[in-house]
Amino acid sequence: MSQVLRATPGSVLAAVALGGAVGALARHGLTVALPSVTGSFGVAVFDIATFTANLVGGLLIGVLMVTITEVAPGPAHLRPFLGVGVLGGFTTFSTYIVDIGAAANAGAALLALIFAFATMAAALVAAAVGMWATRRLLVRRREADE
Amino acid sequence: MTLLLVALGAALGAPLRFLTDLVVAHYAGRRLPWGTLVVNVAGSGLAVFLAVAVADPGWTALLAVGFCGALTTYSTLSYETLLLVEDGRWNHALWNVAANLAGGLGAGLAGFALAHLLFI
Repeated sequence: MSQVLRATPGSVLAAVALGGAVGALARHGLTVALPSVTGSFGVAVFDIATFTANLVGGLLIGVLMVTITEVAPGPAHLRPFLGVGVLGGFTTFSTYIVDIGAAANAGAALLALIFAFATMAAALVAAAVGMWATRRLLVRRREADE
Repeated sequence: MTLLLVALGAALGAPLRFLTDLVVAHYAGRRLPWGTLVVNVAGSGLAVFLAVAVADPGWTALLAVGFCGALTTYSTLSYETLLLVEDGRWNHALWNVAANLAGGLGAGLAGFALAHLLFI
């Protein structure tokens, strides 16, 4: 374990930390801009901001990873900063679970279920669309150039 | 002030996720994305605990929004699940989604119970 930690450059950790802060601030901004839909008990039942962050983050990770792994790797700190940091900090699994629990706890079991599966489906489809569209646009263009 | 606390929490949570993934992959390999599962389950349990136990907006911004929000990730979960699908490993992709959801909810339930036991 210690050799894994020692082999990780401090500059990579700094890139992840900085990116994470940027991503989390963007997510927080989205929460302020898009307040949750509240149910009859005054409890948030559909957190549109978290849903949106996880959907958009999925789309962008698809674009980023296909670009980095199949088109051009880019600078060494691009993936730690943008992928692990910004997009990892922008999306959140913990708030998603808190939201499901809060809705279920408020007696809105169906909405909890809808939020859980709609988020999962939206994030996966968005990431697939991001990967597919990037391959179509960038990878084919590069092949055409060669 | 809230923004500073969110940024500070995330500046700790995101590198901790990165390092946890490296350490977990070192022991468990990269055939299945165990590292993301570990941070998502742990972060969910802690976040639900905090949601019950902590009412102060400053601590919530630092620990729940910043730290737990950046410790856990949905983008990497989505991407790693799609890599399993592209590899033709549909059963592992399904397992990954189910394990994160069940693990997160299970840890959340444990955090909920613990917070009630201690503070309510």
